[in-house]
Amino acid sequence: MLAENIWRLDRPKILPTRSVGRGTARSAVEGQNPAALSLPLHQPAAGPPPHAAHGEDLTPVVFVEKLNNAMRLTALSQGAIALGLTPDLTLADARARVPELVALDRDHQAEARLLARIVAGCVRYTPMAAAEPPDGAILDISGCAHGFGGEAGLEADLVRRLKASGITALCALGDTPEQARALARFGHKTGNLLSLPVEALEADPAVTLALRRAGLKTIGDLARRPRKMLAARFGDLAIRLGRLLGEQDRHISPERPLPPIFALRRFAEPIARVEDALACLEELGREAAQSLLERHEGGRRFVARFFRSDGAILPLEVATGHPTRDPALLIRLFREGLDALSDPIDPGFGFDMIRLDIGQCETLVARQDDHLAPSRHAEDLAELIDRLSVRLGARRVHRVRPENTHIPECAATVCAPSNAPIWEPAPESEPPMRPLRLFDPPQPVGAVMSEVPDGPPMRFTWRGKSYAVMRWEGPERIAAEWWRRRDRGGKPRDYYRVEDAAGHRFWLFRHGLHEGGGTPPDWYLHGLFA
Amino acid sequence: MTCESPPLLARKRPVGPVPKIVLARAEPIAPLARVALGEPKLDGALGGGLAAARLHELWPAQAEDAPSAAGFALLLALKAAGDKGAIVWIEQQARQGRLYPPGLVELGIDPARILFVNAPDEKALLRAAGDVVRSPAPGAAVIAPAGPARLLDLTASRRLTLFAEASGTTTILLRTADPQAPSAATTRWRVAAAPSRTLEANAPGAPAFTLDLLRQRGGAPSSGWQLEWDRDRARFTPLSRDLAADAGGEYLAAG
Repeated sequence: MLAENIWRLDRPKILPTRSVGRGTARSAVEGQNPAALSLPLHQPAAGPPPHAAHGEDLTPVVFVEKLNNAMRLTALSQGAIALGLTPDLTLADARARVPELVALDRDHQAEARLLARIVAGCVRYTPMAAAEPPDGAILDISGCAHGFGGEAGLEADLVRRLKASGITALCALGDTPEQARALARFGHKTGNLLSLPVEALEADPAVTLALRRAGLKTIGDLARRPRKMLAARFGDLAIRLGRLLGEQDRHISPERPLPPIFALRRFAEPIARVEDALACLEELGREAAQSLLERHEGGRRFVARFFRSDGAILPLEVATGHPTRDPALLIRLFREGLDALSDPIDPGFGFDMIRLDIGQCETLVARQDDHLAPSRHAEDLAELIDRLSVRLGARRVHRVRPENTHIPECAATVCAPSNAPIWEPAPESEPPMRPLRLFDPPQPVGAVMSEVPDGPPMRFTWRGKSYAVMRWEGPERIAAEWWRRRDRGGKPRDYYRVEDAAGHRFWLFRHGLHEGGGTPPDWYLHGLFA
Repeated sequence: MTCESPPLLARKRPVGPVPKIVLARAEPIAPLARVALGEPKLDGALGGGLAAARLHELWPAQAEDAPSAAGFALLLALKAAGDKGAIVWIEQQARQGRLYPPGLVELGIDPARILFVNAPDEKALLRAAGDVVRSPAPGAAVIAPAGPARLLDLTASRRLTLFAEASGTTTILLRTADPQAPSAATTRWRVAAAPSRTLEANAPGAPAFTLDLLRQRGGAPSSGWQLEWDRDRARFTPLSRDLAADAGGEYLAAG
């Protein structure tokens, strides 16, 4: 069911599912190795899969793209292949042959999204899963197959899940990623590595053509030749051959880096209550805490993934300000995170696997509690910050840090709550020179009257109310930071602290200077004093 | 490292709902601590000072007095927190401008001690406030809802009071309007700006407040207090117009 949602997502009405998903996957493993899963949805070179015709929907569906100034078929359904259509045929020709043809525009991005969903879903088998664009995936299943009754069982489970969502997968197992890939794409007829065509090396077309002309048609033909000659004549072909034959191993790079510590649990049948899932998560937390304790580490970032039985994966992430390995704290944070979700987690038909990854670990030395101190654990500020951050979002809980600038609105910036910024105390015996509340941007004030043009404001209007200035101090001139500005300019501001008759204190500034004949500078209210 | 375990079949424990917060207390509350504000008459009227570990409510007398109310709230929080712990500033949204850290420095409050929490809406604000006040970690908390705060009713204020009593976190609630709303706060104040003592060259002086103690639990209301904040000694002093000229001289001498 893995991909069903995706089809609905991308093409809600047009695709009935089964006919088009002539996906292919093929996996091959022996010994220790990667299984390749390739999904040649649109790769007719692979030929019709063996069980194409049994009760399948044979509506001819093709996907077209504009290539070489013509609409050409680039991907075909099984029904279309059965009618003799081939890729690269122009749409006009195809319509002439098959009038009832259903032609759709090919959407590469939707395919990429589908593939990404499939690869994400493969994490249930192994964390080492990588996409092989445009239509394949590689899984490294070394040591992962025992949970599924061996490699064959894993392959069968994968094919079953994909099939349930309308994707026919061709799977193959191989010692190296290239081997698995070649077997998945070219080995469906024989399954024998040496009898694969030379195209399976996926070298440059010119190289393949040259090999064919030289009479080297299969991998077996090449494997019998001395490698030096191949390297001298065809460059990297020898490396490709070595990888294909399993002599060299290129490790795959998984979509997600492996977390250092994780714990997972599969269920024989899906659990449908979120509470049960959280209880299970708590146990996983305890297991992970044991591992962390053995490593003398604590986690900073925790991701719980709930694998729903219909293939959806619901991730839930929490982060802490300090390393921790306290399962009770962890479950509290997860509950907070759950509450903060805009739409609550929907168990649907139930979760069949839950996995807890600890993505970031830091050293956390065990320390002994003071036996005289009260045993009840008092929540300290860091825990409070973590809870608030998880619920409100990390950006909503912060401290402030001074910045080395004169521009008032830039003098303080937000920093993480774990920081301890250092602020200089104010000089003694001075009234407050900076307001308690700052407007950013400053608010324009009108009808400013001054006794002299460069003098302090005597009366001004703000938000429709007029204020008469009784006391004032200024100006404090703050020049623009010309050395930081692109235009090397900017007007200076003359700041005045003023107080009206009722005692409201304002921070006003005049933006710019009075220059002969020009318009008088504007006044702004930048802040309010306590 | 894999920690795979057998599936959770036999040991499915019954998991109940999240336990509700129990408001009933088993432990006796610590005796009421009071924080002297510095003005002897006002401290006398308050019975020795502002009650620590309680909820106090502040209103600006008019919309323009909101910065004064915010300043007074922060100064009360500073007095109540003393040297201990952080001051948590929980704000819903900044309508009257944002809190400006250099301005806090000017009031004698170290911005590094302040933990800023922004809540997207009133509900989130109340939940965050509940968490903060329930935790013994912060020294004091200032809660500043944006609007009339309809959710902050008698029940909510009662909860906050009980949390504050249990944790010892002095809580200041900065309301914006409607001083008649029912509330369980220990004291309720109306705050307005007062003309400051004039300094040399007609300059405005230290922050000054006009306070009306509208209500206090176990005490009489009183009004017309005029206080000035003395940053250097970190206390309130009575505002006296007569001293204005001398004070100007003092600043002149210091400058």
